[in-house]
Amino acid sequence: MSTVVADSHDAHDEHHDHKPTGIKRWLFTTNHKDIGTLYLWFSFAMFLLGGSMALVIRMELFQPGMQVVDPHFFNQMTTMHGVIMVFGAVMPAFTGLANWMIPLMIGAPDMALPRMNNWSFWILPFAFLILLSSMFMPGGGPAFGWTFYAPLSTTYSTDSTALFVFAMHIMGMSSIMGAINVIVTIMNMRAPGMTYMKMPLFVWTWFITAFLLIAVMPVLAGVVTMVLTDKYFGTSFFDAAGGGDPVLFQHLFWFFGHPEVYIMILPSFGIISAIIPAFARKPLFGYASMVYATASIAGLSFLVWAHHMFTTGMPTFASLFFMYMTMLIAVPTGVKVFNWVTTMWKGAMTFETPMLFALAFVVLFTIGGLSGIMLAITPVDYQYHDTYFVVAHFHYVLVSGAVFSIMAAAYYWLPKWSGVMYDEFLAKLHFWCSLVSVNILFFPMHFVGLAGMPRRYPDYALQFADINAIVSVGGFLFGFSQLIFLWVVIKAARKQGVPAPAKPWEGAEGLEWEVPSPAPYHTFDTPPKVS
Amino acid sequence: MKARLTSLLAGITALVSTPALMASESQINMTRGATDISNRVYELHMLVFYICLVIGLIVFAVMFWSILRHRKARGVTPAKFHDNLALEITWTVVPFLILIGMAVPATITLIKMDDTSDSDLTVLVTGSQWRWHYAYHDYDVEFQSNLATPRGQIYGRLPRGENYLLEVDRPLVIPTGKKVRFLITSDDVIHSWWVPAFAVKKDANPGYINEAWTRVNEPGIYRGVCAELCGQGHAFMPVVVIAKEPAEFEEWIRGEEQRLADQRAEEERLLGMSMSKDELMQMGENVYLTQCAACHQPNGRGIPGVFPSVVGQGLAVGDLDAHIDIIVHGSSGTAMQAYRNQLSMREIAAVITYQRNAWGNDTGDVVQAADIHNFIQGNR
Amino acid sequence: MSTKHDNSKYYVPDQSIWPIVGALALGLIAFGAAHYTIEWSNQEAGFGHWVLLAGLVVLTIMLVGWFGDQIRESRAGLYNAQLGRSYRQGMLWFIFSEVMFFLAFFGALFYARMIAVPWLGGAGNNEMTNQVLWPTFEAIWPLVTTPDGTETQAMGWLGLPLINTIILVISSVTLHFAHVGLEEGNRRKLKVWLVGTIALGLIFLSLQAYEYVIAYRDLGLTLQSGIYGNTFFLLTGFHGLHVTLGAILLIVMAFRVFAGHFDKDNQFAFAASAWYWHFVDVVWICLFVFVYIL
Ligand code: HEA
Ligand code: HEA
Ligand code: HEC
Ligand code: CUA
Ligand SMILES: [Cu+2]
Repeated sequence: MSTVVADSHDAHDEHHDHKPTGIKRWLFTTNHKDIGTLYLWFSFAMFLLGGSMALVIRMELFQPGMQVVDPHFFNQMTTMHGVIMVFGAVMPAFTGLANWMIPLMIGAPDMALPRMNNWSFWILPFAFLILLSSMFMPGGGPAFGWTFYAPLSTTYSTDSTALFVFAMHIMGMSSIMGAINVIVTIMNMRAPGMTYMKMPLFVWTWFITAFLLIAVMPVLAGVVTMVLTDKYFGTSFFDAAGGGDPVLFQHLFWFFGHPEVYIMILPSFGIISAIIPAFARKPLFGYASMVYATASIAGLSFLVWAHHMFTTGMPTFASLFFMYMTMLIAVPTGVKVFNWVTTMWKGAMTFETPMLFALAFVVLFTIGGLSGIMLAITPVDYQYHDTYFVVAHFHYVLVSGAVFSIMAAAYYWLPKWSGVMYDEFLAKLHFWCSLVSVNILFFPMHFVGLAGMPRRYPDYALQFADINAIVSVGGFLFGFSQLIFLWVVIKAARKQGVPAPAKPWEGAEGLEWEVPSPAPYHTFDTPPKVS
Repeated sequence: MKARLTSLLAGITALVSTPALMASESQINMTRGATDISNRVYELHMLVFYICLVIGLIVFAVMFWSILRHRKARGVTPAKFHDNLALEITWTVVPFLILIGMAVPATITLIKMDDTSDSDLTVLVTGSQWRWHYAYHDYDVEFQSNLATPRGQIYGRLPRGENYLLEVDRPLVIPTGKKVRFLITSDDVIHSWWVPAFAVKKDANPGYINEAWTRVNEPGIYRGVCAELCGQGHAFMPVVVIAKEPAEFEEWIRGEEQRLADQRAEEERLLGMSMSKDELMQMGENVYLTQCAACHQPNGRGIPGVFPSVVGQGLAVGDLDAHIDIIVHGSSGTAMQAYRNQLSMREIAAVITYQRNAWGNDTGDVVQAADIHNFIQGNR
Repeated sequence: MSTKHDNSKYYVPDQSIWPIVGALALGLIAFGAAHYTIEWSNQEAGFGHWVLLAGLVVLTIMLVGWFGDQIRESRAGLYNAQLGRSYRQGMLWFIFSEVMFFLAFFGALFYARMIAVPWLGGAGNNEMTNQVLWPTFEAIWPLVTTPDGTETQAMGWLGLPLINTIILVISSVTLHFAHVGLEEGNRRKLKVWLVGTIALGLIFLSLQAYEYVIAYRDLGLTLQSGIYGNTFFLLTGFHGLHVTLGAILLIVMAFRVFAGHFDKDNQFAFAASAWYWHFVDVVWICLFVFVYIL
């Protein structure tokens, strides 16, 4: 990839060398590193919040019968857990990483549109406050699943649905602005010599993710708007009595929703493609094919949405089309997996925490991907659909996929952010606890799913009891393991640790390792030259 | 080296053979089910599963090999290669071919499953919050099927039975060996009618009809559930299907036709007669608990903001005609459905009497089936 | 990549209060609008509209403050060509996201027309849908009788819609002339055509409002008249909102032009508003074809 020939950063001039202090620094900042930090903390908070809701779910499901919450509240927990994890934890974490790392990786002084950057971030706390406030309205908050299928979300939802809709609207605006910023930064702010095919893969994958975002978030805005008018203003987009169709909702939602799940995994691919070569001390295998594979995944993601809707009664030819397209995604994704494995082949590997998480990612994501292929087979999906088999699939790709990659990234770049090495012992403890418990948590879900346990059930038949108890135990273990992570991060943020050199990882490559650790408040005021 | 290889192979065989042990009727795998189609689906599932398992094992084996051998601790120097076109082409083409291998049987099975033509019997299945409603097309038979598990079991006051949450008051009955077509729809939100043993899962979309079919080989009781989130009672609207030999089925359905006709005649006859308040209250409580309590709650207080309370306020203590009206015709655009075709007039009368006198709603009103009849005829 | 690398001169603004004010504004608007909607539909009194109003006020303050800063910076010569490119690309991708927003509604229109309504009428694998559930329903488009029997009339394309189409197309041309005027340094030409464009935009909006009056008063075509009315009003309504926004942008540009802002090399705001206007025009043409004519 890229090496720096002449770099003349750190030529601090005039007012640029000291950072503003106090709360105003965070409220009014235009600095990509500050904004990145804000995003990352916000996402962590949301992860804990959404995780606590998952723990409520697991508490209720620990045994058959209704013990802890009532079904209505259970549905609110499921919904809020899904929404918060997807829009509050994973997406902002990636945007935070993009903010911190993209300018550093391409040798830019900041994001292209710094003020808009701040705006994108600060919308989020408001959006989530509004969303959470809906739970305190009479009748409670949204209880229709993160997929808010009509007419459950329209005619049959609680009064507070408008809060959900408008929170989604401004959340979407935030994402779109964030994505535009990423695209413009990448197109316009690369240092001299940083051609497209020299960009680190994290930059590439985010570039493509950003296009997905601006293509599908507006569709989400459109569909929530229709939910709003159907519920409150008498339209009948999703009501057959007026000529609409509830299935239309699902087409629109999944046209957004499927690309959305790739929005949550492509940046992970970029992270893993940075970490594996660094710790295998060997260049990434097949850089170009990685780029093309990412682009193909993104392209295909627009043609597979109805694989979430096989049981809605589509015409057979439509089911077949969506089945074939979905299966095709295995090809480019396979290319990525094979490239990672080949990168390790004949390398000289060491196993610091970022690498451990990356390796776990490769294995567990692949397991999740393979169950995705099983789900893609329409006739069999009739049996899997809306069971815990699906829940197992998506937690494998989301938790041990996306979330693990985010943790890998956090460990990998923490020295750059904080200037100190994180506590390797605690980090390894965090890894091993997470690895074991995440599998206790999600692997048995495959079994109950196959045996017929439907998702979004607050109560279930007796034959599922044993496995659910195991799953719940895994859930609590995994949840509490994350507190170790919190501890590690707080320690590093408070600069308790060995000072980190500019490049703490022997095999790491890229511009971000050319600046000191912690990265100065302003970097690359004068662009580095890349050859 | 050799030893390691053999132990690896042994490991793989062990892993591959475990799933085979989980054969059908297990608690950790899909059921083989009771129809030819469900067997095909099961086999397709196992086929895809084994393919994925093998792919996974190969990938992980290579990966763990490098983790073990190509580690810095062993003093290796990293290689420098980073591209190989032939390799890239191979691992693009080979997965593609594997996928075709899965797509072909999948396509054949799907086309069979979607072909609902030439059926011997048609049943209209309607989901509503939170029960199923079955109507046989060529017979004068239709009825509701409600969860039969008592609330006490759900809330842990009673010991849970064997078929906890998988039992209903009136199961659907179909003949074996016949192609039965299901027309699936809904009165309110989307539900999904799922019987794993038939490999039939179809969404019940309000305003549209989806079709599915099955041909059951063996008589038996087959249990299923609602598989699409439909609100609070989603977990509490199971499906039970009894498959009987055609002759037995024929006998059952004739008997059922007769019974329903008798019931209607009885209803007519009773229109002129009055029931005592106690009888009405008794019957009303039963109806209320099976039909209404899911929303308005057993204590009548509803869920604020979602389902109105019927205690001490509103129609249940207000205008009687409006009260009858909302139960007979429902309230359009809300979850409150019309009960005119769901309940008999006696039952409607009873539940109204119950609502107007229970929980301290001491209106003292007594409503008779005749009142409901008159209301529907527009004579009130 | 372009050869001009002037990161060192890339203007990275210092702290700014406007973004968080903007976030507050959006938060208030969302919270207020949601509560207002709920209160309105329950016909109860509440605070929603006040919060919404407060949000709009804060938003206006933010816009004035933020753009004010930007105009000052721009006129102080802090911006370079690279920043100009960033703004331009940002605007273009924003417009792209708007295209996708409209696509959702066009998608709903196509789905309703080509799939949902025919299915309700018994097409494809849906004979039973029609026979059992909607036996009297006939699938025709425009859907003047919905499955539940609500009747309405369709909006023809001759007359007002056609006139409006002509007006909007002309306004795109006049705006182009204004832009040419700016490029040539001909201020008079710029001013005349810009004001002309704004006038055309306002006429369009008035006629559109009048068309709604006709729809509601004479045709019985309302937001509640089923999927035809739904797609009609939401598509034309969101388009109308975008025209309104475009007109506001052009009016601001007009003030700036009269204040002597912009020249050949420094005209991002003007160009962006113009693109926006052309985009709105293209959307209308699609609308005219798919909503009115076909
Ligand atoms: C990060 C998120 C993420 C990712 C990456 C994926 C990836 C994939 N998903 Fe998943 N999915 C979700 C998140 C994700 N999914 C979520 C959240 C849901 C549920 C939504 C809801 O209903 O709430 C869902 C649901 C879902 C369904 C609907 C199930 C149902 O409701 O009935 C289907 C069906 O086709 C599916 C398929 C796939 C496929 C084929 C992939 C592929 O991209 C996987 C590709 C990867 C591999 C295949 C592994 C590596 C490849 C090789 C080693 C090469 C060789 C392999 C072969 C030849 C097979 N997913
Ligand atoms: C990235 C996304 C993401 C992540 C990370 C997770 C993480 C987890 N999820 Fe889930 N999940 C979804 C996305 C995600 N999920 C989605 C989209 C759905 C579908 C929703 C729907 O059906 O609509 C879903 C649904 C879902 C279900 C099915 C619910 C149902 O069908 O009714 C379950 C059930 O077990 C579950 C469990 C868990 C658990 C145990 C975790 C664990 O990983 C959580 C780990 C726990 C913690 C991180 C908690 C740590 C906190 C503490 C220990 C307390 C300390 C507190 C403070 C400091 C404040 N999730
Ligand atoms: C699926 C949920 C559900 C079920 C089951 C249900 N209801 Fe209702 N009910 C509602 C809803 C929602 C309303 C509010 C309707 C409205 O706002 O117009 C309502 C309103 C009412 C009202 C009017 C309350 C008032 O004062 O405005 C009465 C009386 C009533 N239901 C009785 C019954 C009876 C009797 C049954 C059973 C035979 C029943 N309901 C079953 C959901 C339900
Ligand atoms: Cu009915 Cu779920
Ligand atoms: Cu998908």
